[in-house]
Amino acid sequence: MTGALGRGARAAARFVWDFLVGDTPEVLVVVLVIVGAAYALGGHGAVGVVLLPLLAVAGLGFSVWRGYRAQR
Amino acid sequence: MLELPYVTATANATATSTIALLVAVFGASLVEMVEALTLVVAAGTRSWRSAFEGTALALVVLGVTTAVIGIPLAHLLPIDTLRLVVGALLLLMGLSWLRKAVLRGGGRLAKHDEDAVYVRTVGALAHEPGDKVRDGAAFLVAFKGVLLEGFEVVLIVISLGASSHRLGLAAVGAAAAAVVVAVAGVVVARQLSDVPENALKTVVGVMLTTFGVFWVGEGAGVRWPGDDLAIPVLVALFAASAGVMVLLVRRAVSGARSGAPAAPTALGDVAS
Repeated sequence: MTGALGRGARAAARFVWDFLVGDTPEVLVVVLVIVGAAYALGGHGAVGVVLLPLLAVAGLGFSVWRGYRAQR
Repeated sequence: MLELPYVTATANATATSTIALLVAVFGASLVEMVEALTLVVAAGTRSWRSAFEGTALALVVLGVTTAVIGIPLAHLLPIDTLRLVVGALLLLMGLSWLRKAVLRGGGRLAKHDEDAVYVRTVGALAHEPGDKVRDGAAFLVAFKGVLLEGFEVVLIVISLGASSHRLGLAAVGAAAAAVVVAVAGVVVARQLSDVPENALKTVVGVMLTTFGVFWVGEGAGVRWPGDDLAIPVLVALFAASAGVMVLLVRRAVSGARSGAPAAPTALGDVAS
């Protein structure tokens, strides 16, 4: 029973790790940067409105570039 | 009378976000269910009864998970906290889907091949013992396939539905896609390998990234001009950006094949 629970917990932990980090840790970093920027800029509406989408585009570009290099 | 333009604008914004939500949920569910169908059909080569039972149980588990997690989330958490958390979650999924779709669209990553998955799964099942009426291996493959492919759909339904207080609408969108795939699967009686999966993944990636940025901003106190009307603007921005990146990757790939050194530099310019 304990063995089954342990296996289940390990499988769940691995699933969460793969989902959040997997082989694209930079995506998680980008998301954290965007969330941090959103908090920092919450009171400065206009800057946030422009910066948050641009951060997402830059983050996507970085991740695609990294994926491109990894496939070489 | 003076409030009429405001009322019209609000109605337009609501309709826009409703359509965007339905497209995101329906598209995501369609992609995942097509992948699940391949595994169910492969399991069906051993026992259709067990494959259907595994599918049905997985759908029940997914439905209960949506209700048990989604309904309390929608009603108990403060809306700003909820939007920040699910916005981050949607961004994570959206950027991952878009990244993969761009690399596949640009020819840098092999496209998802349902026929190959089917052949591989049938081959693996051939080594399992069992009988034709009730087959444990077929049940497990169908159950795990639908559950794992459906889990991401559940996350999307809960995230999009709970944040906009339209959990029911999001669930209907996902269920509609599941029904469409199931009916198509029954009609053609095989895996759906002709579905333009990468195009669908691109659309869903754009929508999830849009909602992610929108709700992270809203949750942190950013006020979008036009409220929900900012959503189509964000959709256009991310779709255009993904399109440009596909072209750059394609150029880089063909440049690398022909030995031209300039193409990878062009891709590098995007990242910097």
